[in-house]
Amino acid sequence: MPGEIVLLLLAPVAGSVALALFGHRRFAPEMNAGFSILTFGAAARLVARVIAEGPVMALGEQLFVDSLNVFLVALTAFVAMSTALFSRPYMRIEREHGRVTEGGMRLYHSMYQLFTFTMLLVLVTNNLGVMWVAMEAATLTTVLLVALYRTHASLEAAWKYFILCGVGIAQALFGTILVYFAAERILGAGAGSLLWTHLDAVKGDLEPTVMSIAFVFLLVGYGTKVGLVPLHNWLPDAHAEGPTPISAVLSGLLLNVALYALVRFKVLTDGALERPFASALLMGFGLLSVAVAAFFLARQRDIKRMFAYSSIEHMGLITFAFGMGGPVASFAGLLHMTVHSLTKSAIFFTVGHAAQKSGTQVMENIRGLAQVSPTVGWGLMLGSIAILGVPPFGVFASEFLILTTAIAQQPWAAPILLVSLGVSFAAILGKVQPMVFGEPVGSPDAMRLPHRPDLLPVFAHLAIVLMLGLYIPPYLADWYRQAARLLG
Amino acid sequence: MLQQHGPQLINLCAAVLLLLSFAMLSQRRILSLINLFAAQGAVLAASTVLVAALTGQSHLYWSALVTLGLKVILLPWILHRLIRRLNVRWDVETLFNIPTTMLIGIVLVILAFNLAAPISQLAGTVTRATLGIALASVLLSFLMMITRSKAVPQVVGFLSMENGLFFAATGAVYGMPMVVELGVALDVLVAALILGIFLFEIRERFDSVDTRHLEKLKEER
Repeated sequence: MPGEIVLLLLAPVAGSVALALFGHRRFAPEMNAGFSILTFGAAARLVARVIAEGPVMALGEQLFVDSLNVFLVALTAFVAMSTALFSRPYMRIEREHGRVTEGGMRLYHSMYQLFTFTMLLVLVTNNLGVMWVAMEAATLTTVLLVALYRTHASLEAAWKYFILCGVGIAQALFGTILVYFAAERILGAGAGSLLWTHLDAVKGDLEPTVMSIAFVFLLVGYGTKVGLVPLHNWLPDAHAEGPTPISAVLSGLLLNVALYALVRFKVLTDGALERPFASALLMGFGLLSVAVAAFFLARQRDIKRMFAYSSIEHMGLITFAFGMGGPVASFAGLLHMTVHSLTKSAIFFTVGHAAQKSGTQVMENIRGLAQVSPTVGWGLMLGSIAILGVPPFGVFASEFLILTTAIAQQPWAAPILLVSLGVSFAAILGKVQPMVFGEPVGSPDAMRLPHRPDLLPVFAHLAIVLMLGLYIPPYLADWYRQAARLLG
Repeated sequence: MLQQHGPQLINLCAAVLLLLSFAMLSQRRILSLINLFAAQGAVLAASTVLVAALTGQSHLYWSALVTLGLKVILLPWILHRLIRRLNVRWDVETLFNIPTTMLIGIVLVILAFNLAAPISQLAGTVTRATLGIALASVLLSFLMMITRSKAVPQVVGFLSMENGLFFAATGAVYGMPMVVELGVALDVLVAALILGIFLFEIRERFDSVDTRHLEKLKEER
């Protein structure tokens, strides 16, 4: 069994246990970052192996890594690592401001590692049942973190998150049972019938009626986690009320991974059905999410809520791209997953420190960041420009591909997409501009933070996004193409 | 004897399960609600044992044992303790009145049967008639979660939804693979514990466990 996968899954578990014991100590943030770096190292080795040797199986076919999920494993481990780096000074400041207790720090660090583990398990497991279990576990690990500050609002957000995602994910379990039901008729009872690779081999023979009903349940279930409208209600609250590193990993990782689960089932459903049933549903929900989120964006006053709605918008766009299907749209969807995840987490890093400096998340009271702290201000500005799809950033490349494919294949959808993107452009730029370049409210000294923010991850992420807009290295493009071929 | 009457007994269990779901929907007292939940778990365990005996799927005995331990003994015990510790034995308040809720429930049952009909016809299992009932009880628990304003009934609704899902799994496919069932059971247990922690936090903050206090986060605050 390849050692990389073992290390990839064991490092966060070990980290979670160790941090449950030492998570409140002074060196805990560094320990947290250390375990995340270890995980990323394992992921990098795994990528090298998959590129060299093709798909890898482990643990008697229970774990499976192909070109589709290895790219998400790398992305997940990378964002988890840089968020852990960012969270070192951030959480120390929160602790010193008295917003988090000592027990809270322990909970935070331990659950952060456990959350990384559940994300990676969803990605590398071949068993669709285990995928569900890990997805539910991801909710459970983050729900207490959303309530970390124990304010009214954060408790409310966490309760909403728990109940909505719990109900949603229960529908996904029903869908999984139905898929198993369809598979059992061909593959026979036993754990083998829930393995994705086995199902993929016989997907043409799966009972179409059962698969279509199953996909509806799975779409509702996992779609709740992706934040697709109208199942998105938990998302802005959970993003706004939880600590910022959690907002960053929710937006950057959880939504991607939930969409990945959905896409795996889409491949099976498409194989079983002659009609483009799953594709139509994905396109519909995707488009609705883009349109609704764009108009809600303009009404937000809380900075983290605004960027949470922007996440809904972008997840809708990716869902729409996967719904269209075909080599170009799937390629664009995967590229957009990458650049959105990197850009959005970078934005949340700067937003976190901006809110700490201003002592508020209300946008009207955050002013003049460029003067108070040039790195935070410019980080936020560049991040916003990148997420809005201004060239030469990578988001432009993927959005351009999605739009041109939409004009060619689904012309009716193109105007809706264009208007929504325009509305969100105006809304976000109009709100970010005064925050960065306005007149500062207080004196810069009053806003000084007790620890130096670590903004290296912000600029590292933005640099990668910029590079992906100008030049996609050939091996990376190959890799996207292979993954896109898997998606069909 | 068992081979002859087994399928009828399973259908009886299914009917009782549905009846219990309706009883939970109409129940106003919190303690009775928890007892009904335990009874539902017991029926689920009994029907799992029946299916196991009827089909010789030995892993279902383990599944029944897990159900018995978790949903009949452990979770109701935790919930009872929780109620005692929180010192809240108030009646359950509903957002709609009970008859309206029951009517919506009946509509949901018809919907569930319609949805499950094409799948049930494909099933070769002895228990195929139960899939519709399982889906119906999932939807009824869902309805209960929506219409109750207090946190504990919402939690019971969440847990009873899991009961319906397990029933669907035994009914349609003789249970999921063991590793999945254990994982699901673990998730449910952890979820219940976290919900317990939550209830204390909510009460500490709001002096009540009414989730109507949790409606401040809205657009256009």
